[in-house]
Amino acid sequence: MSGFHEGAAMLLSNFVLPNDLHVHWSMMIVLYPYITGLVDGAFIIAALYYLFDIESLKPVARFSLLFALAFLCCATIPLLLHLGRPERNFNMLLTPNPSSAMAGFGYIYAVSMGVLGFIVIFVYRADLVKLKHRSRGMIKLIYRVLTFDCDDLSPRAMALDDRIIKILVGLGIPVAAVLHGYVGFIFGGVKANPTWSTPLMPVIFLFSACVSGISAIVLAYIVIRKLTGSSMDGPCIITCIKTLTGFFILAFSFEMLEVFSHSYLKSGYHHMVEGLLNGPLAASFWLWQVKICSGIPLVILGLMAFIRLPQPRYNLLAAGVSAILLLQVFIMRWNVVIGGQLMSKSARGYTVFHPPWIDKEGILTVIVVMIIPFVILFILGKIFPFWIEDPRLD
Amino acid sequence: MKIEQAPPKLDRRTFIKNVLTGSITGSLLLIYPMGGGDALDMLQPATIPDIPVQIPGIRGETYEIHERKFAFIVDITQCIGCGSCCVADKREYKVPDGYYRTWVERYIKDFNDQVYVDCPNGGLDGYQTPRTDIEVQVRDTFFVPKLCNMCKETPCTQVCPVGATFTSPDGFVLMDSDRCVGCGYCIQACPYSSRFLNPITHTAEKCTWCYHRVRKGLLPACVEVCPTGARKFGSLRDETSEVYKILKGPGVLTVLKESMGTWPALYYLGARLEVI
Repeated sequence: MSGFHEGAAMLLSNFVLPNDLHVHWSMMIVLYPYITGLVDGAFIIAALYYLFDIESLKPVARFSLLFALAFLCCATIPLLLHLGRPERNFNMLLTPNPSSAMAGFGYIYAVSMGVLGFIVIFVYRADLVKLKHRSRGMIKLIYRVLTFDCDDLSPRAMALDDRIIKILVGLGIPVAAVLHGYVGFIFGGVKANPTWSTPLMPVIFLFSACVSGISAIVLAYIVIRKLTGSSMDGPCIITCIKTLTGFFILAFSFEMLEVFSHSYLKSGYHHMVEGLLNGPLAASFWLWQVKICSGIPLVILGLMAFIRLPQPRYNLLAAGVSAILLLQVFIMRWNVVIGGQLMSKSARGYTVFHPPWIDKEGILTVIVVMIIPFVILFILGKIFPFWIEDPRLD
Repeated sequence: MKIEQAPPKLDRRTFIKNVLTGSITGSLLLIYPMGGGDALDMLQPATIPDIPVQIPGIRGETYEIHERKFAFIVDITQCIGCGSCCVADKREYKVPDGYYRTWVERYIKDFNDQVYVDCPNGGLDGYQTPRTDIEVQVRDTFFVPKLCNMCKETPCTQVCPVGATFTSPDGFVLMDSDRCVGCGYCIQACPYSSRFLNPITHTAEKCTWCYHRVRKGLLPACVEVCPTGARKFGSLRDETSEVYKILKGPGVLTVLKESMGTWPALYYLGARLEVI
């Protein structure tokens, strides 16, 4: 030991405040931002086509909307599973506390759901009218409800539809950005936790949301088309991957900027943040999130950008890189949500967390919650054809 | 004599009006049972315990809730780490094992200025034996009781999405467990880790400085049992109270995590640099 300050700040006893031994926000709070992130990213793909007229995204634009809708339907499930008293959840809507960041969730969620629902109905209206005439019984009734029993497909009506879609998608972009950026702010607004308390948090959440959502669309498109033996649209996948590359570079840069800021500014408790990243989170942050799940995709995306590859090989790499990036975002959510809570507010130690398999917030529940959106997507697919060349529309 | 009764109005407009009135009234009834009556009862306790007054000027007098001002002072130089306060608190509130409304930390400093802190079972068993897991030459040791800091700028109250945690006009940060949804946001927001999610009620819980006792002129349970007077509580409107004399006197008082900007009403006397 030498110098003036040994031991005064760096404290060795690994002391965790007695109430900090419990990790109160566990797997479901990891899952919730992951799901809203998927919604956001998928919506971005649809917005690029419907609002910004990027024609090459046409094959996946409608599917992206349904994908976003299926996941948005499930966004509240993790939250309800997490709440200690889920039966009181309506208190958040009925008697919200205006000073709380969390109190806005119900309203933001409801607006997102409404906007997305209407976008889907208007985008599909022409097809739904066609399908209504060809169906009978219960399914016909569903189509009648979804089309509001209006058969008007005149050019004037369709032009109006297009205008409404543009307005709704235009409205949907800020709503989607708020939905997810806001989730980031819920963490960023906790000044008691030095790993969360940064204005970068909403930005990081937003860009990583775009990464996960676009990756999910690319992977789902390739897998579904492969399984159903249908052809894949090369230019569409290329545009998706280029968009994904842009968003991933931004997301990764901001993730690293946050770590760099902590380490360079050396503000209060920075020794705890550094200790966290190099200690309990060394494997999940540096190895998995940064080296494996960010380093490898950056190389692959670079290859895909600079080397001309045959389309089947390009598609294979696209599916692979998307899968890794989906994992990257999930690990990032874990590192933020769980990692942030491993650090005791004693500034002297770290607690541990091992997710249980069977619990209302356990690993099995995570798996079940992640299956539900796909079931909803399957059911939605029976009503709304995923693809433009669906035989039901011939 | 035949009594003529007007036929009920059954037109569509009346029907819609009735349905709307019924729905709105029903919804309001759902929202509104907030237990306002209970709060009023607390203003004048129905039963005054047969215990001598511990805080003068409360019992038998009108409780001017906006005029009251209290303070809590922990004198670290007096604490002997006996754990009586923790036991009293656990018994007062039936605090579940493994969770703490108040606790006592043990600090050990060696000759290299290294600090070793521990708090086995929240200090509930008292610090009866020295630490055996470290082999250092002890230069100094002291105990630090911790509890709710009753902040002026309360992060927990700010973040509660349903307003279940609130600050009463006399400064106490309290919890309405009937409104709490158990989201845990207040637990994340508290810089002092004074809160926990009760595993039985599944709602957030915290130290209240024994508000129910204070309103009856009694000291908080932990203050009452402290054998050395390390925990001090009293009214700042009473110039003869010990806390008034300390707070208005020349002694050096500190608060925890001042940089958080929470403005605690829990003051520490003799707190060392190492205490966070």
